[in-house]
Order: sequence, then structure tokens, then C-alpha cells
Amino acid sequence: MTDANKKFLVGVYDDDDVALAAVNKIKSAGVKIYEVYSPFAIHGMDIAIGHPRTRIGIAAFCFGLTGFLCAITLTTWTMGIDWPMVIGGKDPLSFPNYIPIMFELTVLFTAFGMTITFFLSNGLGPTVEPLLFDPRCTDNKFVMAIDLSKNKMSEAEIASLVKASGAEEVSVKQV
Amino acid sequence: MGAHHHEVVSVEEQFEFTAESKRNLLIGMGIGAALVLIGAYMLSQGGGHGHEAHGAAGHAAEHAHDHAEHAYHWSQRIISNLWVNSVYFAGISVIGLFFLAYNNLAQAGWSAVFRRIPEAMPAFLPVPAIIILVLAVGFGDKLFHWMHEGIMDPNSPHYDAIIAGKKGFLNKPFYFIRLVLYFGLWYGLWKVLRNLSLQEDEIGGTENYEKAIKFGTAFLLVFGVTSSTSAWDFVMAIDTHWFSTMFGWYTLASWHVAGLATMTLTIVMLKERGYLKAVNESHLHDLGKFCFAFSIFWTYVWFAQFLLIYYANLPEEAIYYRERFSGYGGIFKAPFFINLFLNFVTPFLVLMTRDSKRTPLILKIACWSILVGHYFDFYTNIMPGTVGEHAGFGPVEFGFILLFACAFIWSVSTQLTKGNLIPRNHPMLEESLHHDVA
Repeated sequence: MTDANKKFLVGVYDDDDVALAAVNKIKSAGVKIYEVYSPFAIHGMDIAIGHPRTRIGIAAFCFGLTGFLCAITLTTWTMGIDWPMVIGGKDPLSFPNYIPIMFELTVLFTAFGMTITFFLSNGLGPTVEPLLFDPRCTDNKFVMAIDLSKNKMSEAEIASLVKASGAEEVSVKQV
Repeated sequence: MGAHHHEVVSVEEQFEFTAESKRNLLIGMGIGAALVLIGAYMLSQGGGHGHEAHGAAGHAAEHAHDHAEHAYHWSQRIISNLWVNSVYFAGISVIGLFFLAYNNLAQAGWSAVFRRIPEAMPAFLPVPAIIILVLAVGFGDKLFHWMHEGIMDPNSPHYDAIIAGKKGFLNKPFYFIRLVLYFGLWYGLWKVLRNLSLQEDEIGGTENYEKAIKFGTAFLLVFGVTSSTSAWDFVMAIDTHWFSTMFGWYTLASWHVAGLATMTLTIVMLKERGYLKAVNESHLHDLGKFCFAFSIFWTYVWFAQFLLIYYANLPEEAIYYRERFSGYGGIFKAPFFINLFLNFVTPFLVLMTRDSKRTPLILKIACWSILVGHYFDFYTNIMPGTVGEHAGFGPVEFGFILLFACAFIWSVSTQLTKGNLIPRNHPMLEESLHHDVA
């Protein structure tokens, strides 16, 4: 996801409310925040950081629609056109028979599609080293990362801002 | 959550049932009554015309019913209409209590701010209760095959062995007792919850809330049984030969989503009139999710019932869909598809996105679609069995819908005036005021 040798300023917070307030404070000082890592979802954090609204719903809809169309093609082609089969006295092209398949393939494509989307958008994969600024963000700490190359302010200025906003530790990490 | 920027508005609101609203509702009821009278006059004049069409169209369906043996009278159409509307509005009313009860049991916080709306709905229950009881006692044989004279008497020419086999459940004394029990228990438990809630406004504390959880849970136990049995008694017993093990669920799903749509619509309309300022976009979003999800749930149950019958194709089961799809000259085909379209396709597509669930206008469109759709749901389930080929959609149908809807709105509005529009001392109110689903 990130280019090699990028410099990040990392602040570690002990409390989710403090972290959320810190995001608002630091942002109003004109600093761009790269991301905040937390062991659980913090209400309103994505809005505070200023992430654009997710398009994950559109992706899900497209995957679902693909599955739905695949199911229509599969059922009508195999059972109705290529090798018409009469089962239980029903017409080979009987729509109600195929609804369970349409439902299942819609769900299957959406589930797989969203899983793949999740891995891609988070830069996760079998051989990929995940971007982890501080492993404690998977346990009890809230970790804020600021991309120094994307900010005009100096490293020292941002560090003092982060410190003042309630961070327990401030460090610089090369990724 | 403290860092959130919320503008929490006042929770002191008194709903005013204005003279203008009362006048409009009275006009609506007047138009409804006039339509019913005009329609009844037309039916009474055109009484003979149904008989010619009789032989040709209805025969496939008839052998499960003996309507052909039973002389049709135009008043059956009036009775059936009263029955459809009573069942539909009784369901919507009781769902208000159902919603309160499961929110209490789950100790849900988000819904506290608009609790007074579902709380107001069950007050209408006595109206359908009286109509249903009077019709069942006085005109039961016009609605129910199993109430026909001599149907369970082996010496009678009308004897029907299959129906006689259901005598243990479908007999008049037990049936009437059940009807009284349903409405008595539903209305009684609502009264308890309602009084606890209104009293809570004055005294505060958590004691009433704790009690409301207990009585609500008692209601859920009662409703777990009575929602199914009432669905059999109100609807399924009309087609006495036929049965479906999905039917209780199916009717509950139908009532539930119609009740949720009623709540959502009421809340949106109250907001438009300047009330419920504390209801924010997140509440609307969640109500929209409820309507969306339970529309799909209804469709799921509908389809589960349909597919098994369609696939197995057993004559005694398939007759139910045969009658609705192509029986009686195909007059039920339109409501059959309107039902699916308004209850599944519209809410599914219209309410899918996040923004639509937060837009009052789109919520209103979806709710109206659900409400009209579920009227047709009950229409399609009841009419073929009661009036068959004599069914139709004319002044009588419109008139009764208008009468019932205006009376229901009147009842809800009256209830809303009886307390603060927001339960000011509800223990979960603070959480609800800050409800935010981002």
C-alpha cells in the first residue's frame, strides 16, 4: 500500500475518547492524519479522520448482481436450453425452481467478492507483510499514524501537537 | 461518545390533535361510508349477474369448496371486506405492542425516543375485536367452510369427513373462546405496559421499566402462541381443507412489516409537522433497515411456503395457489402479483441504499408501498375462500379501507395526546437521544 521508506509519526493513546478528541484537535491544526488503528471500531472516528465515504455498498451490489446474472445464465442455459430437463412435471424453464439458485449465487458472489475486496483494500494477503505501526493496536492501545511526507509542518511541530493531544508515546517509524 | 457533536433538543413535546385533523378524518370516514353504501347498493342490484359466470370459471377450484352448493348473497362481500380490514388493522395494532415488548426484552436503547408511537397503536384493538367477534358469532357460516350447517354431522348431506376430522380445534365454542382470549390478552397486556409507561413520565426511576420488561416478556410468550393460532383462526381456517405449517409465521411476518411501516410513516409524518425533533437521521435509518429487512423476511416466508407446495404439487395443497393464480376466471392474479411487487420489489430496491433510508420522502414511498401491499396480502389470502368469483375491487373495498384507516389514525392520534410525545423519564432515553449509526 505504501511506498518504501516513508516516514510516519506514530502516536499511541490509552483511551478511545482521548484518541477521538485528539483527531479533532490535530486535524483542526491543519495536519492530515493517515489512519488511526484501534482494537475496536470507534464511533464517529472515520468521519473525524475525514475518510471519504466508503463505496463498499456499491461493490457489494455489483458482486451480487454478477452472481444473480450468472445464476440466471446457468439455470436457463443448462436446464432449459442446452439439455432441457423435465423434473417433477415442471417446465424446463420454470422460474420458481431457479429462485433458490439465484439467491444462493447472489449471496455466494457477494460474500466471496467482499472477502477479496477486504483483503485487497487492506493490503492483506498470504505473502504480504501487513502495515502495523504498533502491535498493541490489536490489544489495548489506540495508534495514530501521520504521514510526514503529506504534511507541510515539521516533524517536531507535529510531534508536539500529538503529545499535547494526550498521546502516551510519540515516535517516528520508517515503513 | 462524549466527543460527538450533538444538538440534543428538548424532550418536552405535547401532541395536539387539531380540530382540522379531526375534521379531515371525519370527512374521510364520511367518504368511506358513502362509498360503502353506494357499493352495497350496486352489489344488491347486480346480485344476479355473478351466477352466469359461475359454472365456467370456477369449477376447477370449486371441488375443494362447496360454495356452489351454498347460495351466494351480496352481503358476503361486505362481511369479507370487514373481515379483511379487521384482520389487517388488528395485526398492525398488536405489532405496536410486539415492537415494545421485544425492545424491552433486548433492553434496546435506540428506540426509546419514539416509543410513544408503537405504544399508541394497540389502542385500536377493540374495534377489530368487536367486528371480528360479531362476524364470527353472527355470520361465521358466510366466512368459514367449517361453520356450514351439518358439515361435521355424518348424517347430513353436507357432511365433509376431512373437516369433521378438524373438529377438535375448529368447533364454535373453542373458536369463540380463542377469539376472546387473543384480544383480551393482547389488549390487557398493552394496557399494563401503557400505564406503566405513562406513570414513568411522572415518577421516573427504573422500577416501571423493570416491570415493563417482565410484562412485555409475558406478552412475547403469549404472542409466540397466539400469533400463529390467530393466523390460523383469522385466515387459514377460511380455506378449511387446506393447511400450511408456515402460515403462522407468514401472517406474523406480514403483520410485523406492516406495523413497522405504520410506525415509520407515523414518525416521518410527525417530524414533518414539527414534532419528534429529537428523532434524528440515525433513528430513521434504523427504522428503514427494519422495514427493508422484514420485507425480505416476509418474502422469504412467502416463497418458502410457495416453493414447497409448487414443487411437491400435491393437489390438496396446490389448490390454494391454483385458485389464486388462475381460479375464478383469473381475478386474483392481479392482487397476487401486486402483493409480491409492492411487498418485495419496491421496498427491496427503494430502501437498499444508505441515503434512501435517511430520506423522509423515500421512506414514505416505501412505507406506503408496504402498507398497500400487505392489504393485498390479506385480500389475496381471504377473498378467494369467502367470496371466490364474486370478489372484486370497487367502492366497497375502497370505502372500507378509508373507514378503517381514518378510524385507526383517529385512535392513534387520540392516544398520542395522552402523554408527552417523548417518554421523558425512560431510562434509555439518554442513549436514544445520542443514537448515531454514522
